[in-house]
Amino acid sequence: MLDLLYAPFAEFEFMQRALVGVIAIALGGGPVGVFLMLRRMSLTGDAMAHAILPGAAVGYLLAGLSLPAMTVGGLFAGVIVAVAAGLVSRFTALKEDASLAAFYLLSLALGVTIVSLRGSNVDLLHVLFGTVLALDDSTLLLLASISTATVLALAVLYRPLVLECVDPIFLRSVSRSGTPTHLIFLGLVVMNLVGGFHALGTLLAVGMMMLPAAASRFWTSDITMMMIVSIAVGIVSGFSGLLLSFHAELPAGPAIILSAGAIYVVSLVLGREGGLLWLAWPGRHLEA
Amino acid sequence: MTLASTVVRFDEVTLGYGRRPAVHHLDGEIPAGSLMAVVGPNGAGKSTLLKGIVGTLKPLDGHIRLKGPASGIAYLPQAAEIDRSFPLSVYDLVAMGLWTRSGLFGGISRRDRTRIEEALAAVGLIGFERRPISTLSGGQMQRALFARLLLQDAPVILLDEPFTAIDAKTTADLLALVRRWHDESRTVVAVLHDLDMVRRTFPQTLLIAREPVAWGETGEVLSPENLLRARRMVEAHDPHADVCHRSAA
Repeated sequence: MLDLLYAPFAEFEFMQRALVGVIAIALGGGPVGVFLMLRRMSLTGDAMAHAILPGAAVGYLLAGLSLPAMTVGGLFAGVIVAVAAGLVSRFTALKEDASLAAFYLLSLALGVTIVSLRGSNVDLLHVLFGTVLALDDSTLLLLASISTATVLALAVLYRPLVLECVDPIFLRSVSRSGTPTHLIFLGLVVMNLVGGFHALGTLLAVGMMMLPAAASRFWTSDITMMMIVSIAVGIVSGFSGLLLSFHAELPAGPAIILSAGAIYVVSLVLGREGGLLWLAWPGRHLEA
Repeated sequence: MTLASTVVRFDEVTLGYGRRPAVHHLDGEIPAGSLMAVVGPNGAGKSTLLKGIVGTLKPLDGHIRLKGPASGIAYLPQAAEIDRSFPLSVYDLVAMGLWTRSGLFGGISRRDRTRIEEALAAVGLIGFERRPISTLSGGQMQRALFARLLLQDAPVILLDEPFTAIDAKTTADLLALVRRWHDESRTVVAVLHDLDMVRRTFPQTLLIAREPVAWGETGEVLSPENLLRARRMVEAHDPHADVCHRSAA
């Protein structure tokens, strides 16, 4: 019985690689997701995930399914859309969510069109839903580097990131680090999405960011703990998703995100910090 | 009054949004160590003036000159502008006051911890350290923000309506801190609506209604004639306003 839990990983190298890949994604994506959530930018993450597509698609058009071409293209497109949406919202009457929605719809349509120009439907599926079961050495290296860089950068930016969420006016009055912090953070988001894109595709990459982060909010109100919980949720859902896909012969990417989704729903109901169960039966009020 | 003892100097300053002035042609200076109230009707440009001093709003015209760096200013904006739902403890909120010393990475030393505790004690929030800021009442939040101001240890302190919607006890406690800052010869500028409080506590007053109405000794500034003039300020935008040609120099 226990066999079922580790045998696939012991036996098949592609399963080992997939596990290493999702652990790397969870390490970087979880904390970034927590900050996206706390900065009320959850949908921004979603929008940027789609925005990566045309860049990756152009890379694909030029070089086929090549890791460097699609990575560079994706980073490029993500940064352009992030900056463009920021500029539009700063200088016009449109708010950032509306301008992001406009840009990502545009990018998604453009990206799918570009991929179909050259590729088959199989390639399109690859781009949209990723290939977590076919990660090669260089992709794993890329994922590991991205999560390392992310964890280091978040450690450095921790204070201004938190401060800019709670009290941006105070931060502006004591330091000029607000704007650069925001830009570097957006860069981290794009980087992690591009990493997730290789494994999970453009549509699901953001799932390994937002679902673990949203689940963690139901267990703690301490930011450090939230990041740790979100990483744990990411790793557990990667592990169980891969097993689920192996035993039930489901597509791996969606199985991983479904596992994360299941953990989110359980947290939503049982979570000690505002879970539904505790809201419905809070117990009798206290003395003081 | 020599220039050396001036903390902030306004040279024909106009501050505003778009091209519309909210503070129109302000000229004068805030001497070091003064305890000054800024008074005027809603929309008179009081908050705008503070934003101009802090530097988050650039003047449309004229110059604001500061003695010393902008980081020497501690600024308390109107309470509504903080995200109270953010998961942060009272202790961490107050500890932010150490930013200018600890910056991005600096650790918090044992001495800093003592100072944080002293600040919490000074505002009567001992025992609140671990509480999330979302559970604080309006008055407790203001006490926490005053503790943060204490830690900032700035020579110039700007307060934007610090006692609005705050009960009498809390107001009295926090006002005592303001007096203490004045005794330590810090410069304090506060936007206020309670004229009795201004008369009792603040020796200097700027009465403003977009245009400066009067500036100087509180007793003289808050005369019935001046207050009447301030009340007559026109609030509505004039859609056909002409370009202002008053000299900027």
